Amino acid sequence: MKILVCITSVPDTTAKISFTQDNTQFNKTGVQFIIGPYDDYALARAVELKEQHGGSLTVLNVGTSDSDPQIRKALAIGADDAIRIDTEPTDSYFVAAQIAEIAQKNSYDLILMGRESIDFNSGVVHGLVGEMLGIPSYSPVMKLEITDGKAEFAREIDGGKEFLEADLPLVLGCQEPIAEWKIPNMRGIMTARSKPLNVVPATPMDDLTVLKKYTLPAPKGECKMIAAEDAEQLIALLRTEAKVL
Amino acid sequence: MTDFFKIDELLSEENLLIRQSVAEFTDKEIKPVIDSYAQRAAFPAYMVKRFGELGILGVTLPEDHGGTGADYIGYGLVCQEIERGDSGMRSTLSVQNSLVIWPIHQFGTEAQKKKYLPKLASGEWLGCFGLTEPDHGSNPAGMQARLTNVNGEYVLNGSKSWISNAPLADVAVVWARNPEGRVQGMILERGMEGFTTPEITNKWSLRASVTGELVFDNVKVPSENLMPQALGVGAALQCLDNARYGIAWGAIGAAIDCYETAVGYSAERIQFEKPIAAFQLTQKKLAEMLTEITKAQLVAWRLGVLKNEGKATTTQISLAKRNNVAMALHVAREARQILGANGIVGEFPIMRHMMNLESVVTYEGTHDIHLLILGAEITGIPAFKG
Repeated sequence: MKILVCITSVPDTTAKISFTQDNTQFNKTGVQFIIGPYDDYALARAVELKEQHGGSLTVLNVGTSDSDPQIRKALAIGADDAIRIDTEPTDSYFVAAQIAEIAQKNSYDLILMGRESIDFNSGVVHGLVGEMLGIPSYSPVMKLEITDGKAEFAREIDGGKEFLEADLPLVLGCQEPIAEWKIPNMRGIMTARSKPLNVVPATPMDDLTVLKKYTLPAPKGECKMIAAEDAEQLIALLRTEAKVL
Repeated sequence: MTDFFKIDELLSEENLLIRQSVAEFTDKEIKPVIDSYAQRAAFPAYMVKRFGELGILGVTLPEDHGGTGADYIGYGLVCQEIERGDSGMRSTLSVQNSLVIWPIHQFGTEAQKKKYLPKLASGEWLGCFGLTEPDHGSNPAGMQARLTNVNGEYVLNGSKSWISNAPLADVAVVWARNPEGRVQGMILERGMEGFTTPEITNKWSLRASVTGELVFDNVKVPSENLMPQALGVGAALQCLDNARYGIAWGAIGAAIDCYETAVGYSAERIQFEKPIAAFQLTQKKLAEMLTEITKAQLVAWRLGVLKNEGKATTTQISLAKRNNVAMALHVAREARQILGANGIVGEFPIMRHMMNLESVVTYEGTHDIHLLILGAEITGIPAFKG
């Protein structure tokens, strides 16, 4: 089985977010980058599937060389090789088109990625890749088994779970608890440096979106604690301060 | 992670990933359980296998013997990140790496390497190192353990004390005077007749690691268990150089955990209507803690570079071990003050680190002995010899 796992390189969940150049650029200074947490779940499940079924596991990132440490980590966790499409990922359509271009050439049985990145959180790349390749795509997938060339998986839906079966090839956007995140072991880290990381140029295309500016959410208000028996004060505050009554 | 002078930028890609991976392991596997084990004075024995799976028991051991084949900065970072969890956990892995695997690889025969190293590196076997004796701590050359030749058989008598991992160890690297009067290293295995490993209990320090004695009562030691190259006190001291090197890094981890806990606590603890972080005396403590941690990080990193180049000297290692452990102990005590009463409860790691570091400042060459080693280097006059 040939598996492709697409990973994003995103700011650590604890990073302090700020912007520069009149709020048009994300300020990367001092920010640590990680593999997108949902992508990390997809990668962890892919490593397990490869252990069960054999085959190959390729990791793909659309990004600049700044993503290389995250790609090396994915190799250390268990990917056999990596492809980096050497470009700044500008929007979801652009990223999906770049992934589809590579996938078209390599006929993967399974293309896994996170349900969404955690920077722009668009959550549509898996669907776009599926459409571009003309194969089914599902998200968010929280359980996945491959049996006799078929995928059996569970998808989260409003108020419950949906259990599905589909033929391969398939594109899936993943989330917990599909697998537990894997910590690369030392042997994996040392062998990662000898695994191929192929850098390929991006396919030229126009951006469909133009980023105008960023804004931060309003700071969280102070939390006032009110004694449970003091409902009157609570109602008064909801009226006068929160102005929701 | 506290990295004020951007040490991460000095690391190779592999070593950065080693640091991050071991940090993740510590946060996920050690920190959530360690207080409970320390409170009960219990050793999480399962952790040895987990260390093996992570590949941190034979960090510098070449891959063909089952090791990771990383460099000494990688090893230092492993020690730092594990000790961010607990000094006892770091002690367990220091012993396995520096005092069991390293001497067998350095001084052992090919047969010994094949027999012991893969199982020690995988965590299937736990090892310990027997040098210190009840009456010979800082002066190991005075050891009384004797290997005699009785009717063509080697027989070992004597005892060792304060031995980390001893009560559970499958394998012990032991040093004793041989029939020629020279200090000789050998490998003992659990189950040899006359070889027992009683536990030392009621410790107030390193409570989540296991410590004991090694007692040899006419233990017959097969000649193939002697390490032919492990001859002389110098050979034993070379092992200690490696362990002390790891401790110099490890102590930084304990200090960082105390410092980061104190920073977080001081921002949240309100007194006189403001966070205690707003008071100058708290800021002085925090600023000095960060300064000392940063200095220690730079010492450790430079020592690592020298070690990788085969140039690190015993006295440089003494300086680093002495400075960094004393630094960590001081940071722990200052952090304890910032946390006030909360500094003494298990909900926070401070008191556990502080009590652990009271052992770390003494084992592997006491704070004072390292000072005298430096004194001898400076003056050419060893103060600790008669």
